[in-house]
Amino acid sequence: MTTPFTPEHDMLRAVVRDFVRTEIDPHTEAWEKAGRFPAHSLLRKMGRLGLLGLSYPEAYGGGGGDYWFNTVLLEELGRAESLGVSLGLCVHTDMATPALARHGSPDLRERFLVPAIKGELVSAIAVSEPDAGSDVAALRTRAEIDGDDFVINGSKMWITNGTQADFLTLLARTSGEHGARGMSLIIVPTSTPGFSVSRKLDKLGHRSSDTAILAFDNVRVPRANCIGVEGGGFKIQMEQFQRERLAMTLMAITSMERALDLTRGYLRERRAFGGPLLRNQHLYFELAGLYAEVEALRQLAYQCVRSYVAGIDMTREASMAKLIAGRLTRRVADTCVQFHGGMGYVEEYPIARYFRDIRLYAIGGGADEVMLEVIAKHQGMGPKSK
Amino acid sequence: MNIITLVKQTPDTAKLSRTLNGLQLSADGQPRIVNPWDEYAIETALQLKEKHGGKKVTALSLGKPEAADALRTSLAMGADEAVLISDPALATVDTLGTARALAAAITRLGGADLIVAGRSAIDGNDAAVPAQLAALLGRPLLSYVAALKAVDAGAKTITVVRALEGGRETVSATLPAILTVVKEIAEPRYPSFMGIRKAAKAPITTLALKDLGLEASALAAGLSWQVGLPQTREVNCEFIAGTPAEQAEALVSKLIEQKVI
Repeated sequence: MTTPFTPEHDMLRAVVRDFVRTEIDPHTEAWEKAGRFPAHSLLRKMGRLGLLGLSYPEAYGGGGGDYWFNTVLLEELGRAESLGVSLGLCVHTDMATPALARHGSPDLRERFLVPAIKGELVSAIAVSEPDAGSDVAALRTRAEIDGDDFVINGSKMWITNGTQADFLTLLARTSGEHGARGMSLIIVPTSTPGFSVSRKLDKLGHRSSDTAILAFDNVRVPRANCIGVEGGGFKIQMEQFQRERLAMTLMAITSMERALDLTRGYLRERRAFGGPLLRNQHLYFELAGLYAEVEALRQLAYQCVRSYVAGIDMTREASMAKLIAGRLTRRVADTCVQFHGGMGYVEEYPIARYFRDIRLYAIGGGADEVMLEVIAKHQGMGPKSK
Repeated sequence: MNIITLVKQTPDTAKLSRTLNGLQLSADGQPRIVNPWDEYAIETALQLKEKHGGKKVTALSLGKPEAADALRTSLAMGADEAVLISDPALATVDTLGTARALAAAITRLGGADLIVAGRSAIDGNDAAVPAQLAALLGRPLLSYVAALKAVDAGAKTITVVRALEGGRETVSATLPAILTVVKEIAEPRYPSFMGIRKAAKAPITTLALKDLGLEASALAAGLSWQVGLPQTREVNCEFIAGTPAEQAEALVSKLIEQKVI
């Protein structure tokens, strides 16, 4: 089969795979127990290898590559034992920094993007709120304009890397307008007085990733920290969501492959009724069908990457891919646990963690239902359609 | 101080499963990797450059055209130049022939103050080429080096610690010299993304036998070998039934009968 990857991409894949196997996987248990991975030290290591700015401009310390390099990174992160670590890293490379790289002022990029690429600063994306998750237009955090400053008040929820981030890419209201208008995307250093972590959330899965509720009490940052024009934040963030959906889909695909491979391996070893369980046609037919669906999703995701590289809008396709990923991961995880029998229900086997971890993919980064709304709108349906 | 590191592309022995005739592992069409021991050699060469006043690191390989991939990995890790000796006439060459071709290439490249190789290659596991190369070039060989103690490019001396069975040995030699290194010497670095980008565009010099002024006949294998199974032995197996006490008694009687005890 043809591949979009060049030998250069393959070399990167070998490096990332080796990195995941030696620098991340051996720590899975410890980091899951600790409730966070050491973001600063891990990002420093990745930064030194140039893994945090693969497709960012060389002028800012990036690698100047195309998005297929990010694709390689995300695919290999998807194969990690702990998806919590992978998500924390993905937030840094593909959620909190792309808008800064694309729309940030040269000064803002110099102060935040350059150290983020080096792995010296940990970033987080702060959009969701207690009362505005997938419904971004309903968010309430305000950034009042006071001379040359913004004064930020409110709270943010579900923030990955929330307890460790050095800066946030924060979406807040900067005018009195309602709905999608009047929002700005602002870089907020977490060392600013008035910022605090309200608490770290205790989650079903992704336990090696710290997810937090953040509070802003008269947090004052310069208006120069605004990414793009004031009031243009919603539009930029909507554009950013496409990349976020694609990134999660790419990780989901390889994570499903890993789960299916683990299950196939288990069924090959596990003997019952006079032979390896893998000789049972029901079991291998089910797995074969799931491999087929994962491959189909990969091809859709690759089409999204092609569009993204070409600068073509892929909102419809990325939303479809994310929806399918959210649904397929649930079936894959459920099947894999079922085929492991009792062993699928104990933490000694990796599939139990996968079952807990992957459940997020139908909720985070835009829930399945949000994807359905976006797709419906593209297909001329919905509450406002004629 | 010019440094040459010898790099061999080998099959990934952990992934070999097919055999040619039930006896020999087949590497055809299987993924190939940089000989893992050579990664330590590359790292050592890079550290010699970075910490001991080296000027240039050249990665040198002998193999099929696809061995260029192993050289690209060396470049991505930080080697400055890469040279591949590749010629269809080398397909069946043995370790001495390999050493002769490498010696000719090293001379053509203007020699080197230090030649660094891994302790052996994971496919053949002969650990012969560096020694043969040392003999051909008339240079000292420091094998199984676990640590560099001192390198003086001006005085042209090197002191290393060798890891030997049951002990360590500190030895000095004059440069130019040839080192083979073991795992303890240094942890090989990951290629960086910038290194990968650079390596992808870097030219790799390819030398054929005629470029080295060598005739295929001069490199012909001096050894021949064949693979076979050890002779099978006829074994009769008898199981003794009964209670443990009966089994013990029957066993002892049989052993006495056979004059074993």
